[in-house]
Amino acid sequence: MYNFNFHAASSLDDAVAKLGAAEDGTVMAGGQTLIPVLKQRLANPTDVVDLSGIAELSGISASGNGVTIGAMTTHAAVANSSDVPAALRAVAEGIGDPQVRNRGTLGGSIANNDPAADYPAALLGLGATITTNQREIAADDFFTGLFETALTDGEIIKSVTFPNATKAAYAKFPSPASRYAMVGVFVAQAADGVRVAVTGATDCAHRGPKLEAALSANWSPDALDGITIPPDHLNSDIHGSAEYRANLVIVMAKRAVAAAG
Amino acid sequence: MPTVSMTVNGKSVSGEVEARTLLVQFLRENLNLTGTHVGCDTSQCGACVVHVNGDSMKSCTMLAVQANGADVTTIEGLAKGGEMHPMQQAFQDNHGLQCGFCTPGMVMSAIDLVAKNPNPDEATIRSELEGNICRCTGYHNIVKAVQQAAKTMGG
Ligand SMILES: Cc1cc2nc3c(=O)[nH]c(=O)nc-3n(C[C@H](O)[C@H](O)[C@H](O)COP(=O)(O)OP(=O)(O)OC[C@H]3O[C@@H](n4cnc5c(N)ncnc54)[C@H](O)[C@@H]3O)c2cc1C
Ligand code: FES
Ligand code: FES
Repeated sequence: MYNFNFHAASSLDDAVAKLGAAEDGTVMAGGQTLIPVLKQRLANPTDVVDLSGIAELSGISASGNGVTIGAMTTHAAVANSSDVPAALRAVAEGIGDPQVRNRGTLGGSIANNDPAADYPAALLGLGATITTNQREIAADDFFTGLFETALTDGEIIKSVTFPNATKAAYAKFPSPASRYAMVGVFVAQAADGVRVAVTGATDCAHRGPKLEAALSANWSPDALDGITIPPDHLNSDIHGSAEYRANLVIVMAKRAVAAAG
Repeated sequence: MPTVSMTVNGKSVSGEVEARTLLVQFLRENLNLTGTHVGCDTSQCGACVVHVNGDSMKSCTMLAVQANGADVTTIEGLAKGGEMHPMQQAFQDNHGLQCGFCTPGMVMSAIDLVAKNPNPDEATIRSELEGNICRCTGYHNIVKAVQQAAKTMGG
């Protein structure tokens, strides 16, 4: 790991100012991705601004319409909160291992946008809204590509608001080694209709229009019989071929619908 | 260089570190607390698990500066008055270790596991120890040790 200047930010304004003053600054949340990246020298920031001291960035608050979760809220806190709907708790509970969940955060996970990360599927599946220090971004516009998001330089995620859904569930086929999703599918009957989001299969999490159409007509696992996913643009690696993942998308979608009831 | 101060095993400590110094390096190299091991250095194996403010964390994937002001417990901080912690005793009683390399991290994770799940069943123990890899024991006696300790720890 190359060395860098470390700053503990005391407020969001302080973090923005410290990032602005840095030659090449980056924010750190739980560090569960950033520290491995720094160790491998895949990034070489001059300055790292730690967000952990900013109280307003963590916490969970439920309202009649949904739940808002601060960017710095750990996966463990989400998994154990009675204010969080069960489907979302299950997403957090399935991330990595207990030690990763004790440090990794919601904001860090979605800012990183790993192709196999779990939270992006939940945000897309529930039609969440991301609030940054500058604006609100719909989940549908946020995840733009491999490790790419709509965030601009210096933009910091404050919180994510998840609207209530009538029914929702997540089904994931974890890589036996890392626990990241080989494929994960989040399904929901949301206020704006049926939403299906797939992670692990391609560059980044995305909606599944064919699956949404089938489930809108008939909310049942059988409704997905006969749908095939073309493997052309799917991820293929030592853990599984594109064809294998294409099949997993349907299997996980069926399991999620069955679990949602 | 940044100065860090924290409580380690009940004692206040401080030291100068580079920003890139990992918590595990600070514990092992500055404080000579070599009970905390580094197996993989890539957040996979759990040999480096310590408690930070009561929660188990991988000290190879945390900067020393991130632990500034924190309360840290390592394997060296468990025994009280020459008596092993019930979890350490249970590992000894159940032959829950062979080479012992994974054991400090395993014990620290297991204590957090029992604190959060006072009556864990076998499946819970196995899934909650997902972040700790053991190349010797086959895990069976580790699970038995955690079951025994959960009882003696008053679960
Ligand atoms: C062993 C292991 C297993 C894992 N398994 C899984 C898994 O099964 N599923 C899964 O989804 N993930 C998994 N992860 C990743 C984990 O969820 C991380 O917590 C997550 O990727 C990053 O969160 P973090 O808080 O640690 O962010 P950091 O590592 O601190 O930051 C990651 C990136 O996000 C940026 N960032 C952080 N916070 C903000 C913010 N508020 N605003 C703007 N940018 C920000 C940082 O600058 C950095 O670029 C695993 C990680 C490990 C080490
Ligand atoms: S050394 Fe930290 S997880 Fe392996
Ligand atoms: S006892 Fe040898 S690695 Fe676990």
